Amino acid sequence: MAGSLARTARHHLAALRMLVVFTVITGLAYPLAVTGIAQLAFSHHANGSVIRDGGRPVASSLIGQKFNLPPPKGRTTGAPDPRWFQPRPSAGGYDPAKSGASNLGPNNAGLAKAVTDRRAAVAAFDGVPPSSVPADAITASGSGLDPDISPAYAYEQVNRVAKARAAPPSAVRKLVADHVQGRTLGFLGQEHVNVVALNRALTALK
Amino acid sequence: MNDTLAGWLQIIALVGALALTFRPLGDHMAHVLTSPRHWRVERLIYRVAGVHADADQQWSAYLRGVLAFAAVSVLFLYAFQRLQNHLLLSIGMKPVAPDLAFNTAASFVTNTNWQNYSGESTMGHLVQMAGLAVQNFVSAAVGIAVVAALIRGFTRKKTDRVGNFWADLTRIVLRVLLPISFVMAIVLVASGVIENFHGIQSITTIAGDHQSITGGPVASQEAIKELGTNGGGFYNANSAHPFENPNPFTNWLEIYLLLVIGFSLPRTFGTMVGDRRQGYAIVAVMALIWASSVAIVTANELHSVSSSVGHTAGGMMEGKEQRFGIWASALFAVSTTLTSCGAVNSFHDSYTPGGGGMTIFNMMLGEIAPGGTGSGLYGILILAVVAVFVAGLMVGRTPEYLGKKLGAREMKFASLYILTTPAIVLVGSGIAMALPGERAAMLNSGAHGFSEVLYAFTSAANNNGSAFAGLSADTVWYNTALGLAMIFGRFLPMVFVLALAGSLARQQPVPVTAGTLPTHRPQFVGLLAAVILIVVGLTYFPALALGPLAEGLH
Repeated sequence: MAGSLARTARHHLAALRMLVVFTVITGLAYPLAVTGIAQLAFSHHANGSVIRDGGRPVASSLIGQKFNLPPPKGRTTGAPDPRWFQPRPSAGGYDPAKSGASNLGPNNAGLAKAVTDRRAAVAAFDGVPPSSVPADAITASGSGLDPDISPAYAYEQVNRVAKARAAPPSAVRKLVADHVQGRTLGFLGQEHVNVVALNRALTALK
Repeated sequence: MNDTLAGWLQIIALVGALALTFRPLGDHMAHVLTSPRHWRVERLIYRVAGVHADADQQWSAYLRGVLAFAAVSVLFLYAFQRLQNHLLLSIGMKPVAPDLAFNTAASFVTNTNWQNYSGESTMGHLVQMAGLAVQNFVSAAVGIAVVAALIRGFTRKKTDRVGNFWADLTRIVLRVLLPISFVMAIVLVASGVIENFHGIQSITTIAGDHQSITGGPVASQEAIKELGTNGGGFYNANSAHPFENPNPFTNWLEIYLLLVIGFSLPRTFGTMVGDRRQGYAIVAVMALIWASSVAIVTANELHSVSSSVGHTAGGMMEGKEQRFGIWASALFAVSTTLTSCGAVNSFHDSYTPGGGGMTIFNMMLGEIAPGGTGSGLYGILILAVVAVFVAGLMVGRTPEYLGKKLGAREMKFASLYILTTPAIVLVGSGIAMALPGERAAMLNSGAHGFSEVLYAFTSAANNNGSAFAGLSADTVWYNTALGLAMIFGRFLPMVFVLALAGSLARQQPVPVTAGTLPTHRPQFVGLLAAVILIVVGLTYFPALALGPLAEGLH
């Protein structure tokens, strides 16, 4: 009995030593080596594709942002700001500490109603017929941080943005066209417009 | 290019890439698992750890190694999370609560990677990379080690030895997982995935708002998360998060990585048993199931089948990312649930009843097409044993597979294997539904709410780790119940697989005669696929009828 207990203990001790060895190799050496190479060779990407404004970081081009008016007194979120292209709805309000989706089901009555309400709100905001509002404009993304919208939704917002900024619609439309990213290699994924990059470019438009 | 053509090309490119690596990777793994020579660094590891890597083990000794390694891993990971605030790089994270720490430890050690926490606000960098990601490597390697023992059961004769667990484990980590992960992590960073040791950065946004962005060594974890079919995301949003999966190329690469070992192992199997056609038959069944599932989920999502939300919105984009769209999301969802990966680039809870139901069904199949690293192949080989047995019953002959007789003892182990997971899933879901507090954890109501609970236990017991994430499962009850489901769902089947391996290895092979059922022809491919669907269908039909089927027909 004592012999078998000692054997079991020895066995587990060997297993623990094995785990420690793998922790050093795959848990320390591996990520440190990857980080070293990443920081040397691809530091922009490795550090989060940060966009700076005069040295001050204002965004990661990968992480979506809200473009709202300042919240009225007593409220935490403001209304969408007409001067900016608007992103998709987000389950976490574009808070990077709360990434995630709504997880509402395909027949959830509350979600169906929210979608209908959003369609009406977007149509009114952009001054377009409700039927022309695309699906991505009224559904929340998986990450809650989706920086992209469809080209259709971007073009739909052109007139409203141009009007709010007193800029020629043609110039704004050209800016959108410049920001449409096609499918990678022509066939991977879906066409999209990065709202963060587009709005950043908008600040330079005079 | 239109959507449909691009979608097809995306799938064709994936199949092409998998076909290209099938041979070299499969043969490489066969070599790794059969070579008599140790590398020098491996010898050093054996010496430091104090294990005998040359001693061939009986199946029971092999199993003791697997279980001892799992036991110390769970304890180590539990302690790591509980003490994280005292360690380096904790970036201000508090100790993880006891029940959640148990659930997470069980989850990563069993290759499940179910996550009842959100990474960006719970886990420090050191726990992520030196705790969780280490299990991404070793739990994947344990799966391959166990299937290697099973294959040796078929190839060896009149012995009670099935290989050495420590040598298998070490070689798979050092010669397969680590080199591929290293290269792929660099490719991911070059494509935009982050890899740094930043804490939480506060920025003022373009419109003057505030954001706190958590950095971290993500790419190195992402590569092994997919390759080892682990699926535990650095962030809560997993592979939907732009830092984990920034663009359509990284998305495609991640799908490739999570499938590549599973689809290449049948080649390893064919090579090791000395008849590659046996491996082709197995991979054909896997490919058939995978392709059918891709077709079903994609069609359901594209046409918003039985979804009021999809029809109202004009497309199933809820829970999906714009850069991926429906095709690349469906492809990921199918691949992650037919392996034991469980990473997600879109949220299955919001899929159509048919699409979401299919992801549950994929896991119920036992994750065998191609399945998790190692576990997929041993899962389908057990089903092949059952298929041969069924065929034997039809013609009244003692069944044999690869020259080994399948007698009462072998069939008992195979049957126990097949019964284990459904028992955990159905009993677990049943108990949860009977408890009012646990029922209340559902986000959605009615049939869809039941699907959330069914998904949780199916995912845990099959070691998948994805979720209908609406379920609020970070409670003491769910953390404990799902933690136990993961542990029993992982290690009980391994006991039966290794016992079967030992039983097969002892036999003297029987010669092939005119009456032997050929197991490399299309006839067997059809038979095996049918047996899989019938066994799984009959087991789970009542549960599926109450969840996704009821919702879809409503």
